Amino acid sequence: MELPESYYQLLEKIQQVDFVLVDLTLYLDTHPDDLEAVKQFNQLAYESKQLKAQFESQFGPLLQFGGSFSSYPWNWKDAPWPWQV
Amino acid sequence: MWLYEKKLQYPVKVSQCNPRLAKYLIEQYGGADGELSAALRYLNQRYTIPDKVVGLLNDIGTEEFAHLEMIATMIYKLTKDATPEQLQQAGLGDYYVNHDQALYYQNAAGSPWTATYIQAKGDPIADLYEDIAAEEKARATYQWIIDLSDDPFLNESLKFLREREIVHAQRFHEAVEILKEERDRKKVF
Amino acid sequence: MEQTSIKYYHPYVSPFDPCPPKRIKYYSTPPNLYIRFQPMNTAQFPIEEALYRGTLWKCLYDPYPPKREEG
Repeated sequence: MELPESYYQLLEKIQQVDFVLVDLTLYLDTHPDDLEAVKQFNQLAYESKQLKAQFESQFGPLLQFGGSFSSYPWNWKDAPWPWQV
Repeated sequence: MWLYEKKLQYPVKVSQCNPRLAKYLIEQYGGADGELSAALRYLNQRYTIPDKVVGLLNDIGTEEFAHLEMIATMIYKLTKDATPEQLQQAGLGDYYVNHDQALYYQNAAGSPWTATYIQAKGDPIADLYEDIAAEEKARATYQWIIDLSDDPFLNESLKFLREREIVHAQRFHEAVEILKEERDRKKVF
Repeated sequence: MEQTSIKYYHPYVSPFDPCPPKRIKYYSTPPNLYIRFQPMNTAQFPIEEALYRGTLWKCLYDPYPPKREEG
């Protein structure tokens, strides 16, 4: 089954936001008192959650061990995996 | 504990089947300054470094696993469906005899990954300077792979990884600066 | 801070070197070498662009030019 174009677009949007969250995390680890950076971090963390809720409703869970809810039947184990797409 | 997220950190793309590039890239999979070494080095140092910089080692170590998955994805895509003849022509005949298409933690010259790639001195400054050196060596390795690669899509991913080495080196430098500070001296003595 | 991220040097060339000499060699000096501790509120790339730059921070961005073109 080939994935629709929207899979790649939405995933890339999530990758863009989550990447900034990674880079801000490392920055805040050495700059814990930067209030503006903390505000930006929380704003982007919120955006990331919104985007992932949208992605997961169409393409299945991104996290497991309880990080995401599951539909029935259990679909976490379904292909494709990130290296396959 | 760790949670796996079902996505790559960066949208890895490769233009064509090219096992020779995979042969070079395996340096960053199981080589001395590769992503496996980096992840294990930083996460292992967390236990014996001052609390102020544990978070940084934790988070950079975690990001390195995302990079390891990116490298694995590149190798997987560059060799997927390649014939034994193609692998042989790319200098991977010996590799194929042992592993077929399986990924193996070895460097570009075929030496298996070894814990001797990682030091753990227990001295925070010595350990952080090792980390900085590892980041600069990984940056150089990415440069040399980019120099050998003619795949424009792959090079985008490799430039991303090279830039991450620069950011990590900067943060490790900052960790050294934090540990140099006199602020907590009285608490120690 | 203004600085260059590539440095050049001229290696010694002997008449008995068998390979055609490279008269100029160069190496990277990325921006982290010039920043002791990143100041707060430094310029950022837009959120949509940071991923493709490999960093959010403009002061840490270091492009790597292709070597192949020079032949």
